[in-house]
Amino acid sequence: MAYPTDRKYTREHEWIQVNGNSGTVGITHYAQESLGDIVFVETPKVGAELTAGKTFGTVESVKAVSDLFAPVSGTVTEVNADLATSPEKVNKDAHGSWMVKMTLKNPKELDALLSAADYEKFVAEEAGH
Amino acid sequence: MSSVDAPTIRKTALNAVHRQMGAKMVEFNGWDMPVEYPASLGGGIIAEHMAVRTAVGIFDVSHMGDIRLAGPQALAAVQHISMNDASRLAMGQAQYSALLYPQGTFVDDVIVHRLADDEYLLVINAGTREKDFDWVRDNTRKFDCAVENLSDDFTQIAIQGPKGVNLLQKLTDADLSAVKFYWITRGKLCGLSNILMGRTGYTAEDGFEIYIPADEDTSARVWNEVLAAGKEFGVVPCGLGARNTLRLEGKLPLYGHEISDTINVWEAGLDRFCKMEKPEFIGKESLEKAKAAGVKRTLVGVEMTERGIARDGYKVLDSSGREIGYVTSGSPAPFLKKNIALAYVPLEFAVVGTPVKVEIRGQGVGAVIVPTPFYKRPKKTS
Repeated sequence: MAYPTDRKYTREHEWIQVNGNSGTVGITHYAQESLGDIVFVETPKVGAELTAGKTFGTVESVKAVSDLFAPVSGTVTEVNADLATSPEKVNKDAHGSWMVKMTLKNPKELDALLSAADYEKFVAEEAGH
Repeated sequence: MSSVDAPTIRKTALNAVHRQMGAKMVEFNGWDMPVEYPASLGGGIIAEHMAVRTAVGIFDVSHMGDIRLAGPQALAAVQHISMNDASRLAMGQAQYSALLYPQGTFVDDVIVHRLADDEYLLVINAGTREKDFDWVRDNTRKFDCAVENLSDDFTQIAIQGPKGVNLLQKLTDADLSAVKFYWITRGKLCGLSNILMGRTGYTAEDGFEIYIPADEDTSARVWNEVLAAGKEFGVVPCGLGARNTLRLEGKLPLYGHEISDTINVWEAGLDRFCKMEKPEFIGKESLEKAKAAGVKRTLVGVEMTERGIARDGYKVLDSSGREIGYVTSGSPAPFLKKNIALAYVPLEFAVVGTPVKVEIRGQGVGAVIVPTPFYKRPKKTS
C-alpha cells in the first residue's frame, strides 16, 4: 500500500490533510484493514474542542471497538454525516473517507506526526510482529 | 535476570494453510486461529456470515476437543457426568448436553455422540480441553470404562449452511440425506475410509462437522478438496469472527460468556437439555435446590433501539439508569442487520418488550428485550 504523501500520519493510524489553518482527518488503510468490516463511526459535534493525542470518537467493526485519536489540537468545523449511515465506505476507501474537518490551534503539533514514508515503515514493523 | 516462558500458542494442522490463504490470525483460548479471510477469497466477517446463512462456509474447528468413553459402563459414566439423558441416544445419534459441577454450574457444554453400543464421544470446547478431560477422567473412575483424550487426533472441519449437505455429498459415499440433524455417520471421504461425519454445528444452520486424521498433509488436502468441491455452491472459508456472530444470532451459548462455573442451568435457560428425571447426575441436587429457591436472573435477548453496539461485559440498565445486569455477548448481527446482545437480567426485566438501556462509553443507550433465538433457520422445503 502506498500512503498518500499529501498528508501526515499518527502512530494510532489516523491521517490529517492540512490546508492552511484547517485539517481533514480520517483513519488509514492499515487501520481499516486491521479492524475489518466497519459498522459504526461516532464523531464529535461541530464546535467540539480536540486535544492532540486524546480520543475524539470511536470506530467499530463487527469484532472490535477502536478509539479515534486527534492528530493535533483544534476545533471541529464539519463532520462527515455520510459515515453514520454508510460506515463501510471507510473500508472501501479509507484515505478518501474523512471523518472530521477542524481548524488547527497549534500547527507546530504537525511536526510530531509521521510522513507517508515513515508511516509505511511504522506499519510494516507493526504488522511484522 | 529472569526469563519468563512465553505461553506456547497452539496451532491446528491447518495453520499453515490459513496463513497461506492470508487469513487474519488471532489468539483464541491459547490457539492461533483465523478470525477472518481476505475479501479476495470472499471473506470478511459479514461476507463469511452471509455465506453460511445463504450458501455454505467452512471452518477449521480443530481446536475443539474430543473425549472418548468406551467400555461396558460407558453409558453409566456418561449419565453420571452429563445433564442430558444419554440413554435416549440411538446408535449414531447425538445430543447437546453439559458437564456440571456439584453446585449445578458449568464445567463445559458438550455434544455427546453415541458411536457404538458402548462407545461415546464428547466434543468439548477449546478453552476447556484439559480441564474437561481431567474432570471426566476423575469423575468416571468408578465405572468400567476407558476414557481417552482424542483431542489431538482429529482435524475437525465444519461445513455449514444450506448447501453444506450438497457440498459434502460430492466427497463421500455415505448417504447424507439419510443423516438427520444431530446424527452422525461414518463413510469414505476424500479417499479416507471410516470418517466420522456429524450433522451438527455451531452456526444455527444446517451442516456437518467432519473428523479427519490430524496430520498436516491429510488435513490440507481435505480442506482444499472441500473448498474445490464447494466452488459451485459459492463456498467461503470462514473464521472465528463469523462463527461467533452466527452462533450469537442463534443464541447458542459460549463458554465463559453465557455459561460458566458461576452460572447455573436454570439461569442459562438450558432446562430442556437437563433431565431432572434421571436418577442421578453431578449437579442434580443443587439444581433441585436452586429451582425450589427460585431463579433470580435469566439470560435474555436484547436488541438496540438507539444507535450503538452492545459488547461483551457492558452494563444493562433499567429505564431510569439503574444497573440491573450485564451483556454476555453483544455484536452487530450481519444477517439480521441489527445490533443484538445476550444479557443476564433479573426475572422481572425478562419480559419481551421491556425497555432497557445498555451503557456504552458512559451513556445509557436504548434497547429492548426481544424473543430468542434472534435467528431460526427456515424449515427445509425440499
